[in-house]
Amino acid sequence: IPMQTYFILSYTQVKIQSPPTPEMATQEVPLNETLAHLKTESETLKSKLEEERAKLHDVELHQVAEKVEGLGQFVMKTRRTLKGHGNKVLCMDWCKDKRRIVSSSQDGKVIVWDAFTTNKEHAVTMPCTWVMACAYAPSGCAVACGGLDNKCSVYPLSLDKNENLAAKKKSVAMHTNYLSACSFTNSDMQILTSSGDGTCALWDVESGQLLQSFHGHAADVLCLDLAPSETGNTFVSGGCDKKANVWDMRSGQCIQSFETHESDINSVRYYPSGDAFASGSDDATCRLYDLRADREVAIYSKDSIIFGVSSVDFSLSGRLLFGGYNDYTINVWDVLKGTRVSILFGHENRVSTLRVSPDGTAFCTGSWDHTLRIWA
Amino acid sequence: MTINTLAKGGCHREQMACFRKMEKVIVAMQDPDMGMKMRNQRLLITVIPHAMTGHDIIAWLTHKYRISEEESLHLGNMLVKYGYIYPLKEPRCLVLRPDESPYRFQTPYFWTSTRWPASELDYAIYLAKKNIRKQGELMEYEKERYSLLHKRINHTWDFVVMQAREQLRASKQRRKADRIVLECQEQAYWLINRPPVRSITLYCIQLYCNSDYYKREIEACRKALGRNRVKSSICLEGFLKYSEQYLNHDPIMQGCLPSNPWISDDTAHWTMNAEIVPVPTRLRVERWSFSFMELLNDAMGRREFMTYLEKEFSAENLYFWQACEDIRHGESSKIVEKVEDIYKNFLAPGAARWVNIDSKTMDKTLEGIKRPHRFVMDDAQMHIYFLMKKDSYPRYLKSDLYKNMLAKAIVPQETKKSVFPFMRRQRHSSPSPAQTATQAAEEEGLAKGAGANSAAGSHF
Repeated sequence: IPMQTYFILSYTQVKIQSPPTPEMATQEVPLNETLAHLKTESETLKSKLEEERAKLHDVELHQVAEKVEGLGQFVMKTRRTLKGHGNKVLCMDWCKDKRRIVSSSQDGKVIVWDAFTTNKEHAVTMPCTWVMACAYAPSGCAVACGGLDNKCSVYPLSLDKNENLAAKKKSVAMHTNYLSACSFTNSDMQILTSSGDGTCALWDVESGQLLQSFHGHAADVLCLDLAPSETGNTFVSGGCDKKANVWDMRSGQCIQSFETHESDINSVRYYPSGDAFASGSDDATCRLYDLRADREVAIYSKDSIIFGVSSVDFSLSGRLLFGGYNDYTINVWDVLKGTRVSILFGHENRVSTLRVSPDGTAFCTGSWDHTLRIWA
Repeated sequence: MTINTLAKGGCHREQMACFRKMEKVIVAMQDPDMGMKMRNQRLLITVIPHAMTGHDIIAWLTHKYRISEEESLHLGNMLVKYGYIYPLKEPRCLVLRPDESPYRFQTPYFWTSTRWPASELDYAIYLAKKNIRKQGELMEYEKERYSLLHKRINHTWDFVVMQAREQLRASKQRRKADRIVLECQEQAYWLINRPPVRSITLYCIQLYCNSDYYKREIEACRKALGRNRVKSSICLEGFLKYSEQYLNHDPIMQGCLPSNPWISDDTAHWTMNAEIVPVPTRLRVERWSFSFMELLNDAMGRREFMTYLEKEFSAENLYFWQACEDIRHGESSKIVEKVEDIYKNFLAPGAARWVNIDSKTMDKTLEGIKRPHRFVMDDAQMHIYFLMKKDSYPRYLKSDLYKNMLAKAIVPQETKKSVFPFMRRQRHSSPSPAQTATQAAEEEGLAKGAGANSAAGSHF
């Protein structure tokens, strides 16, 4: 059992004498007057916004869902265990072929697996540790990854056993702090990234050119997800400032913002129709935000669930929400009724990443216990 | 939780929220009315008051939170791991046993959240006490720490020894039972919270709250205040409808035919639903009727729709839309060339595949083409997209072409469970998309342009 250890910490400018409250953790440097003014104005407007949002909220989701049949007993098991990483698995993504995945870990290794046979097909060693982000290209011919190197690099997947994948590596994105998430857009040609530097950015893969940058988070951005909408122009991001922002990819503007979580947002994922998205946070809750109603419409939490959510995803129909938690478990939620349908045990350390497969037949989890599991 | 905290080793921001929640549970457990029933526990010859068994803890959690015993055991283990409950027998083994093993609540004075951060000085005093009380009682790692601390805070060592002696003297005046309890509590605390060897780590939380940030926030709020919102009752109904419509298509909810490959090890489901098949499955064809997006996102659906449009002499719309998509998602370097192609093929007077766009949009687009960029075709593309969606698409769904497709479509038989369930099927590998793509590229030579390797193309 790992022993809990604590480091004696001090902020660069503020020396801590007593245990920190969550508020203290985001204590800012003393503000000058104009800044204080702006801050007050911003906060006043925000409360006004919350009032406006509340006006049209005439019913709760679980009330509307009363007429829906409840879900029966839920049986999901680990169907595959992928062993091969030498350290914490931090991220994974599915290939469009519904059976291959790419995963990345703390020791810098990025592995492409055929999850069905559990065979490893490719492996790359990144020059940095903590590869927190990885993504499979829509064509299945390349993977993107990055982490503490502040970059996002694309590796074309070669089947020549003798070829060193690292040789063909292409550096695409450059941030000024760690890369927390990355995703290809509809093609292999563009990548969307989020970073510890507080921004998201859209890049042209071929030239490495920055196409658009997205400013609006007040702290590290930890996650992002592209909207499955008809016009395909928006994405959502979540950060350490407890905010979830919806962005217009064309203009770079933040078009909607939600701030109801009590702690860092580790994961955001769109509802399959694109009309809403779910978020998972260190405050141990998952929440659902409706984009047309412009508000939070559901909270998925339980008194016995104490540890933060690292990763969330919906089942194909959007009826179920899967959450990977820091207490090694996976909780399955009935999205409509707001109840916890099932809890899955199996991992021996924190679940760091969770994705449902493209055809919804299974979901994959990656964990700090060095393994990945496929559940169905 | 950010990498800054992980890389530098501190987790306290994330943990504080957890501590508060765990403390709520602990307080509820000690509630005089609804809390746990505690009893005296015998430890060797001494009786320890206010203790409970592992079994009782699990029973209480199971009852209170209406969860399974497995989950209670899991939750209870967390409480022990973080020091809120400590074992009386085998104090170094921080595990909750679901039996008669005795446990006690840690006193709030020793909660991690109360005494954060655990100071080196306190730890030195604790180790000194142990050393004085019984020479050689220190564990290996404790001996190492003790000598390390002796070096590091050597300047205060007299103070350390003096404090240790004082505390030992005071404790001798307590009753034996109390003394043992206090020693247990203290030991439990240090097991979990002993300071690490590394020295002070700086932890910077980056906050980008400058005036630009607030100005942006204010602007965004103002815009948001003017936004049109939809009543919750209408929005939420949408979720119900969507989940119901897609229920049969959700393998985790309803299973899939002939079987879920991950469960049965049979890939028939994937083979039957490959990108291009001679006859598609019924579920797949039904899905094309759910929305225009569903139809276009499916390669076969798109192909069928194209065939229909050809019959209606409006195929240029779909070709145009595809070409626009290719610009939007393609390489930056090819934008100019692709825009020119689109103009030649679709927009120029007398073009082979001239598309019918309203004059306002056409004028705007032609103006924009003079300085081509990624989104220059957006308005025109949108116009044509909605034209197809409102007009051609509904008619397609009513057409014989679609109806025949639906009638011909396969409904796979459910795979009967194997007679020998313990015999696992062979798991066959499949060609990697990277391989088929390399071969395809080699065969075709130079790509033919927008159509051949379209943005959403894949080969599965």
